[in-house]
Amino acid sequence: MELRKSYFSDVRKDDLNEIGQPRPRSDSPGHVTGKTAYFADRNFPGMLHLKMVRSPHHHARIRSIDTSEAEKHPGVVKILTARDVPHNVYTILILIQIGPEDEAVLADGKVRWKGEAVVAVLAETERAAQEAAAKVKVDYEVLPAVFDMEEALKPGAPLVNEYHGQNYYLYDSGECRKVRFGDVEAGFAEADYVLEQSYQSSPIEHAPTETTGCIVAPEGNDRFTCYTNTQAMFFTLDNTSIILQMPGSKLHFVGGTVGGGFGGKVDVIVEPIAILGAKLTGRPVCFTYSREEEMQISSPRAAEKVVIKDGVMKDGRIVARKVTGYTDAGAYSRHSPYGAQKGAGHYPGPYTIPNVWIDTYCVYTNRTPSSAMRGFGVTIGDFALEVQMDKLARLIGMDPLEFRFINAYRDGDMKAHRQPTEGAALIECMQEASRAANWPVAEKYMAMSSYAKGA
Amino acid sequence: MAKVPVQFTLNGSEKAEFVESGTTLLNALRDKIGDTSPKGGCHQGTCGACSVIVDGELRLSCLTLAETCNGAAITTTSGLAEGGVLHPLQRAFLDAFATQCGFCTPGMLMAAKVLLDHTPDPSRDDVVEALSGNICRCTGYEPIIQAVLTAARANSQNAA
Ligand code: FES
Ligand code: FES
Repeated sequence: MELRKSYFSDVRKDDLNEIGQPRPRSDSPGHVTGKTAYFADRNFPGMLHLKMVRSPHHHARIRSIDTSEAEKHPGVVKILTARDVPHNVYTILILIQIGPEDEAVLADGKVRWKGEAVVAVLAETERAAQEAAAKVKVDYEVLPAVFDMEEALKPGAPLVNEYHGQNYYLYDSGECRKVRFGDVEAGFAEADYVLEQSYQSSPIEHAPTETTGCIVAPEGNDRFTCYTNTQAMFFTLDNTSIILQMPGSKLHFVGGTVGGGFGGKVDVIVEPIAILGAKLTGRPVCFTYSREEEMQISSPRAAEKVVIKDGVMKDGRIVARKVTGYTDAGAYSRHSPYGAQKGAGHYPGPYTIPNVWIDTYCVYTNRTPSSAMRGFGVTIGDFALEVQMDKLARLIGMDPLEFRFINAYRDGDMKAHRQPTEGAALIECMQEASRAANWPVAEKYMAMSSYAKGA
Repeated sequence: MAKVPVQFTLNGSEKAEFVESGTTLLNALRDKIGDTSPKGGCHQGTCGACSVIVDGELRLSCLTLAETCNGAAITTTSGLAEGGVLHPLQRAFLDAFATQCGFCTPGMLMAAKVLLDHTPDPSRDDVVEALSGNICRCTGYEPIIQAVLTAARANSQNAA
């Protein structure tokens, strides 16, 4: 790898001895010899297997649950319902004061998406757990469901989640996260062209090679060791502590080895119920998603809709940008209010635009709860923004890369959320990219710098 | 359920177990014998993480019944290094950054080993074909392909 020292030569440090040096990964010797221990590589004598009974409906009231047949199934040791969970309704980000708690560990009175966990069955073997789970009888009263964000926001739409009271997340700024900068209508009025486009994405599953799961071993001193492939060790520890009403000192989490995650193992889904199972049976418990569950039950990247309206001058300056973003949270919050909020901060793009208006909505629908995935909240936005940039450049007959140089933010520029730009290097990246891609741009752009404005 | 005896050699050492009829080779190796180097990613024959070598052939251990392996010679990733010296494939995977989370790595190594055993000097297309049953979600396939080609070159240099 070549380290370009010409950039920022007056401000860069040259005593770096890690950056630019190849370093072997510390875990790869274990990987290539098959010695790395993933959570499922542990096996405890007397280990029970946990299987979930899941909702076959998108939205339904639970009239009754009958576990009597399942309890008689050979090999069944324990069956858990909402009643068994000490603090059943939780939300992951409550740890950073983002509420309300809106999701049940085991469904309580109602299911809000197809696949929601209703009853947990613990049995001697995976097969016995599966067979017994099929014998649990749940009587549902099916309710009308809503799957489309715009439908969900219309008055009279079925209410997805009572803990919110409406089908959107209520931010402290109101029904959406807002950014206001300059006067966007004045910007559109002065613009030579105005272009409004909408962009839409589907949910995307992470599909890690190793499925989500954990193994819990009771330690005999009322402590529990949980071997897990979570990507969020402390979120998991602290939320488990809240859900099970157990001090964190009773919980010992062992992890750090994750067979692919991409954000899909950030939610706190398998650990609390598996630990509860171990606590109530006194035996080790394994709760692992099948491949089918991984694809259908684990939270995907949210479906998003982004509407972008830009005002642009013939000389290439973007003078106004108005964005409305919709994030489909599915039935529960998980990390989506944060994802939608990130979008609000991100939609101005790495560009200096004097007039900006942004609204982003986190919307509840009766779909699989979405959550973290590789830059969630901004990746779809980036796709939309950059396609929009190309369309704008085409509209004014300008080279798309030169168009970006004109609008690129540089040190000292004020961003729409009123944070002055510091440490920008977009210009330099684009200069390198134009060389690497053999995409020539005019000399004046090659002479620009992020660091010294006016250069 | 009836248990059936199975005997095979695993990485050169004799193993004898009683397994429930219908037990997969993957579960027998992992849960009974304690060789957890083959990984279960899908348990339905689509990811390749469970790949092992049975009598010189690449096999998906999640789709192979343990009871059909009586008398077989089985190789897994945990038996690839000899006397503490990494196999050229293991070395190349390390050096070429061909392993990130590592979950697919044992299966990849087995598929690559069978290729090199049969085709010591493979083309890039041969490598792609040989690894086509193995899914990697982290690394991207290019470093893995490069690692296998590098190991093949190292092998042929040793042989020369
Ligand atoms: S576990 Fe055997 S192919 Fe995926
Ligand atoms: S390295 Fe993670 S699946 Fe290949």
